[in-house]
Amino acid sequence: MTKAMTVSELHKSFGRTRALDGLDLDVEAGEVHGFLGPNGAGKSTTIRVLLGLLRADSGAVQLLGGDPWADAVALHRKVAYVPGDVTLWRNLSGGEVIDLYGRLRGGLDKARRADLIERFELDPTKKGRAYSKGNRQKVALVAAFASDVDVLILDEPTSGLDPLMEEVFQEYVKEAARERGRTVLLSSHILSEVESLCDRISIIRKGRTVETGSLSELRHLTRTSVTAELASAPNGLAQLPGVHDLDIQGLRVKLQVDSDKLDAVLRSLTGSGVRSLASTPPTLEELFLRHYQDDGAGGTEGARAAEGAVSR
Amino acid sequence: MTAAVADTRFAPRAAGARQLAGTGALVRLALRRDRVMIPVWVAVILMMVLSMPGSLKSVYSTAAERADIAQSMATNSSMRALYGPVFADSIGGLTAWRIGVYGGLFAAVMSLLIVVRHTRDEEESGRQELVSSAMVGRRAPLTAALLAALVADAATALLVAGGLASQGGGGALALGLAIAATGMVFATMAAIVAQLTESARLAKGLTSAVLGLAFVLRAAGDSGTSGSGGGSSVLTWLSPLGWLENTRAFADERWWVLLLFVAGVAAQGAAAYGLAGRRDIGMSFLPSRPGPASGRLGTAGALAWRLQRGSVFGWSAGFLVAGIAFGGMTQGATDLVGDNQKTRDIIERMGGQSGVTDAFLATMVGMLGMVAALYIVSSVLRLSGEETSQRAEPVLAAAVGRLRWAAGHLAIAFGGAALIMVLGGLGLGIGYGGNFGPVLGACLTQLAAIWVIGGLAVLLFGVFPRAAVAAWAVAGIALLIGWIGPAFELPQPVMNLSPFGHLPKLPGGEMTWTPVLILLAIAAVFVAAGLTGLRRRDLSN
Repeated sequence: MTKAMTVSELHKSFGRTRALDGLDLDVEAGEVHGFLGPNGAGKSTTIRVLLGLLRADSGAVQLLGGDPWADAVALHRKVAYVPGDVTLWRNLSGGEVIDLYGRLRGGLDKARRADLIERFELDPTKKGRAYSKGNRQKVALVAAFASDVDVLILDEPTSGLDPLMEEVFQEYVKEAARERGRTVLLSSHILSEVESLCDRISIIRKGRTVETGSLSELRHLTRTSVTAELASAPNGLAQLPGVHDLDIQGLRVKLQVDSDKLDAVLRSLTGSGVRSLASTPPTLEELFLRHYQDDGAGGTEGARAAEGAVSR
Repeated sequence: MTAAVADTRFAPRAAGARQLAGTGALVRLALRRDRVMIPVWVAVILMMVLSMPGSLKSVYSTAAERADIAQSMATNSSMRALYGPVFADSIGGLTAWRIGVYGGLFAAVMSLLIVVRHTRDEEESGRQELVSSAMVGRRAPLTAALLAALVADAATALLVAGGLASQGGGGALALGLAIAATGMVFATMAAIVAQLTESARLAKGLTSAVLGLAFVLRAAGDSGTSGSGGGSSVLTWLSPLGWLENTRAFADERWWVLLLFVAGVAAQGAAAYGLAGRRDIGMSFLPSRPGPASGRLGTAGALAWRLQRGSVFGWSAGFLVAGIAFGGMTQGATDLVGDNQKTRDIIERMGGQSGVTDAFLATMVGMLGMVAALYIVSSVLRLSGEETSQRAEPVLAAAVGRLRWAAGHLAIAFGGAALIMVLGGLGLGIGYGGNFGPVLGACLTQLAAIWVIGGLAVLLFGVFPRAAVAAWAVAGIALLIGWIGPAFELPQPVMNLSPFGHLPKLPGGEMTWTPVLILLAIAAVFVAAGLTGLRRRDLSN
């Protein structure tokens, strides 16, 4: 597969603030790539570097095989961008802005534009300030989806959209990727959106990539919680690698286990005879919270906090 | 304030107090935000006014000379149109004549900017919603804006009165109060206009247009009446700037004229509160109409024109009208009594070498040029506004290079400056009655200096984007040097700081190409350096 975007060892500082500190990102052509991280982790900065709006201090950045800084204009013909906070011109109608952005990119599909406006229930005759936050986002989304481009770069694009519109958005992203073969880089905090759309995700924190891979790959990196009622007293569970928070009350066992070490735990449990077993795979929330926690690299504490957050 | 009290008089006291809840905090917020802007404005007005007695003393050292100049100015319709009638030939009287109207003009601009900034600007940006959701009464934002303007105007009044006290306490107080009251008239006018339009920019423009009209009414009224002794014409009395001069500071002050200001401020304030109480936050009485469902804009240049065309049209109309008005004043310039050498000297220093008419025209051309510098700065800084408001980002994320994006706005800035100067020149020709060639040539020559200031704005924007607003200070300093320099007899090195100081005095003087070409080259270098900086730097976010 060819890469649509590659970023390696990207550094970017603003004065004394280190925004990006050796960030890596690989986006395959035709995939929907989730770009996640806590606020201030450097997602928008990375996107701005990819768009040639900021200049990298050091590191290699490629977009569609070109240099986003030097070849900005040529590359932008094939790229549509939706910022998280769309500002419009006071005296321009939404329709005018959509057409303007279409023309400033590679062109606009008239039929799709009409279709999108209807599906998103957007009134294109309103002007600038008259739009609500969600409707301003829709203006940019319609312009992006109707543009004839290869890459969509979406920076928290659905902030302010209602759940119905969120669904419409997801449909169009799926269609863009599956039917049109477009590459999508999607920065988002909405986990359901990420779960249903993204082929692969990258999680960044403090300007560095901390995790990258498909969701199932990432799930393996976190813990499964296991609750079992046994026929006889458990034996040697504490010595197994990857077991945490072991809690044995007579024949009842509760534990957490690193997902890739689950097999050995199950063997040990069946050795004692299983009466009932409940195993909960890690939720996406746990996965993210573990990475979002300040000292999440340590593991236990993050996982516990994650546990707490989820059980609420 | 006056209006607020008047308007809530019949309401239960508690309700009135609730309407104003949070006003104190909002006033402090406004003054905190304007902690640089207000002192600079007040200082500029103060410098203009307080430099006058000294320069008048140095130019007209004896009472006889002052009586002579007063006599010539009073009988010259051009001079009356420009400065108003002379009511007394004392140093104080001449100060009030020479600078009073312009002090009021500056106070009016300061006040209207303050009021719009803290009312419509806040609503347009959406900040007002958050503020109003707190313990803030319905009338608090408007009241706070007007109080902020009142603080600025009151400071101006106090400092002017204090600074001129040595010329006569009563006159100093009258002039200070009249200048401040003119400011408050336009503060309340801005408060009304801010209710009418959804755009802060438009509110500022419309209120400025009313101010321009007030100046023209006064000038027309003053040029018609024969001056000393006779009262002002009806036209003059229609203009707050006419009221200002008719307080007759240092000439048997007519204190009752101040009541006109009080009445005007009260009436306009009441109207503003009335309108504000009848509309929702963010809405306006001139609502924006729906636009087309699809558009034809397709290039960055077309977008720039669409964004700037309104202001280009406004400035064009303003320059044409100002040109005609100034040109009309010029017809009377030749009536100037010629036996006072000092008067001639000052007129000639103000802009010309030969012929009083040419000198007068040259002064007018110079004034238009300096005001056009304000246009070019505002137009170039649209780039900065687009960038900081995040609207530039998606445009530059499309297939638009930075140079092409900037080029559209710069063509309008630099070309627009040429356009308005040509229109100003045409206006002068029309008003003066013919002979367009020399006046147009003179207006175009001003472009060299205007473009240098525009180029400096581009340089700041491209290389030091956070300091881009400093371009306003540069234009302001050039304006100040050009304005008070000749009368104040500033040393040549100081005069040379302004690019306008290097231009040949036209019409009338001799066209010298060298300084013009050098200025053009400097402007080109500034623009090139600014654009190079823009290409290399990060876009701000």
